Amino acid sequence: MSALPAAEPRRAIGLETRGMTKIFGSLVALEDCSIEVRPGTLHALLGENGAGKSTLVKCIMGFYQPTRGEVLINGAPAAIANPRDAHAHGIGMVYQHFTLVPSLTAAENLVISQAHPPAVIDWRKEKKALEAFLDRMPFKVPLDVPVSALSAGEKQKLEILKQLFLDQRFLILDEPTSVLTPGEADEVLGLLRGMTEAGELTILMISHKFREVTAYADDVTVLRRGRMVGSGKVSDLSVDAMSRMMIGDTKIRERAARQSFEAKPVVLELAGLFAEDEGGLPAVEGVNLKVHAGEIVGIAGVSGNGQSTLIEVLSGQREATDGRLFVDGEPYEPSRQHMAKFKVFGLPEEPLKNAAVPRMTVAENIAFRSFDQPPIASKWGFLSPRPMKKKARELIAAYRVKTPSTEEPIENLSGGNVQRAILARELSGEVEVLIVANPCFGLDFASVSEIRSQIMDQRNRGAAVLLVSEDLDEILELADRVAVMSGGRIDYVVPIAEAERNAIGKAMAGH
Amino acid sequence: MIETELGWLTVPLAMLAGAIRVSTPFLFVSLGECLTEKSGRINLGLEGTLVFGAMTGYATSYHTGSPWLGVLAAGIAGSLFGALHGFICKLPKVNDIAIGIALMLFGTGLAFFFGKPYIQPQAPRLPSIGLGSWSDVPQIRSALDINPLFLVGIVLAIALWWAFKNTRWGLIVRMTGDSAPAARAMGYSVDLVRFLATTAGGFLAGVGGAFLSLSYPGAWTEGLSSGQGLMAVALVIFARWNPLACFGAALLFGAAGALGPALQSVGITQGYYFFNAAPYLLTLFIMIASVSPKRSLKGAPGELSITK
Repeated sequence: MSALPAAEPRRAIGLETRGMTKIFGSLVALEDCSIEVRPGTLHALLGENGAGKSTLVKCIMGFYQPTRGEVLINGAPAAIANPRDAHAHGIGMVYQHFTLVPSLTAAENLVISQAHPPAVIDWRKEKKALEAFLDRMPFKVPLDVPVSALSAGEKQKLEILKQLFLDQRFLILDEPTSVLTPGEADEVLGLLRGMTEAGELTILMISHKFREVTAYADDVTVLRRGRMVGSGKVSDLSVDAMSRMMIGDTKIRERAARQSFEAKPVVLELAGLFAEDEGGLPAVEGVNLKVHAGEIVGIAGVSGNGQSTLIEVLSGQREATDGRLFVDGEPYEPSRQHMAKFKVFGLPEEPLKNAAVPRMTVAENIAFRSFDQPPIASKWGFLSPRPMKKKARELIAAYRVKTPSTEEPIENLSGGNVQRAILARELSGEVEVLIVANPCFGLDFASVSEIRSQIMDQRNRGAAVLLVSEDLDEILELADRVAVMSGGRIDYVVPIAEAERNAIGKAMAGH
Repeated sequence: MIETELGWLTVPLAMLAGAIRVSTPFLFVSLGECLTEKSGRINLGLEGTLVFGAMTGYATSYHTGSPWLGVLAAGIAGSLFGALHGFICKLPKVNDIAIGIALMLFGTGLAFFFGKPYIQPQAPRLPSIGLGSWSDVPQIRSALDINPLFLVGIVLAIALWWAFKNTRWGLIVRMTGDSAPAARAMGYSVDLVRFLATTAGGFLAGVGGAFLSLSYPGAWTEGLSSGQGLMAVALVIFARWNPLACFGAALLFGAAGALGPALQSVGITQGYYFFNAAPYLLTLFIMIASVSPKRSLKGAPGELSITK
């Protein structure tokens, strides 16, 4: 303990919400939610998408004004009208979407984030102060590199460092480990936990991962449909109990069983594939991979290791700089003709952006694969809307897409329903090759299990499936073989029976 | 005659002289555009601002007898145009490129309307500094007859380059240009920063216009700018939003613009109009060479509507 009270750092803050309610129009996003975060603890906030977690933290941060309810800081009611007020109270938030400025260096980002940056910046002095600050911090980032050149993990660390640099003593972390390798996640959470134990910091962490909650959190609060449904010490709760609180009694569709096949032929082959990202830098470097019929090959990896570029090449959104693709032993180019001929279909990530035209109707979006063929297209190239709508109605019913009508712009649908509509379009015919990227990102439990069953179903029918996912659990659940992509290369491929979390984690980190 | 002694050297010398003379408006407009684009907006209206600035500067110089007052008036007129652009773009669902084109037409139209009476009269021009007095060769002397605005432009380019890195305002402008959500999260008003950056950019473009009418070519005519304001936008992209590179690019464009007259001065009149088109061809080639559909522009501010 320091003998000088003046040099004493600010201590951890305790925070409480009482009866927080937020109503948007007719939607009750948050109802009578009271949570208590004790000072110097790591508190996990669990819940499905749309459960009200982000509404709650946005009310705490002052982005939203709650309809009812109040925030107490160290026991005293606090008025938080905007994020600046929250910062003044020592509350900082690390968002899932980075708020760093990409073209500025780490040092510039830190300096400009202060409440009152100097008008003319004396870089020598600032650098010295920053280095002194970093010396006290558990993790390091390079200061003189533009943020755009940092890895996702380094960016995440820098976001956390920024809040600590601003001397925030209550941190809200929104799924902080989604872009980290398992190793990095353990490192960051372990170090943050050390700071909370030392009484320097309080953390409220939104998470989906039970493993992290049980390993690092002291307390947990579970939200469902805008209400608090459970709270307590993590040590008193089992994973099973927590997950039941999260899902409630929602019926979950049974997972399709895995059918076993004997030596099937190779259908999709990637041979020496190279590609560049939009910055013109090499992103995919010499990828070789074979996918057999009736097999799911899962590509694991931390986001930003070339997976998006690989998917873009496979789905024809980007040209490869070198290498070839084969389907059924024949050269394949991702053109519309080849896709139809070889029956190659895909579910890219963020389907509203990559696989749909947001302002066109659901029926039109569903017809993208078939509008130029009969019965929709006539001999003279005119489209007849009636068969198009009929087909759309059938698929909407079969895939349980919730939409007011076939004529609704697809952008008005919820994420899960957009994904189902695209799935309906891609899977309604015969499928030989299926390329899937992060299919369940941001979806609720029921949709997740339904979409995973559909993918498994295609595999069982003999399709060759290439699945890229940042969710390792998803890969371990679905894949027959696991490949790990790191730094644009795939050097590690194992059958699922031999797949082991630690070894995969190491391969993800590039070791 | 000394001219014959120089021989073929006349052409590069004339191009150097041209580069220095012709580049100044390019430099001012591109610095203004660079500042505006760094804040995350494109102002295509700078062509109109340039022409209106040229007219205002000339008219003020004619009435007051002071060319420097003309430069100031041109700058103020330019900043009004910039402010108008910045204000309109703050309104919801407004596209900065469309507003820019509208203001370009508005600015040139307004300048022609008010400028009619000033086509004939002679206004006092900006003085120049004879840096070439050490030489006996008249071409060198005329090449180094430098307008103070050119020097101001160099200082400005360096100052902007320094300020983007070393001042709070520089970092704030870059931040709003690269990530509006980040700027908002830190409590800065993105609209206000862009409004001010566009206004300041307009001021610089107006000063560039004053150079056109008060120094080189040095008279007010309707065909004065011939698209220099638009080429400056291309030049900013070529310069990768770096003020120092803007200076180099402005010199290059100036030299290209001087190619036609330089060749004519040594008696090569064939293809005069073709060589006069050099800056436009240069724009085209630079755009083809530096822009690729496969990758995003390096160094481009992330908020620009062309890079989004």
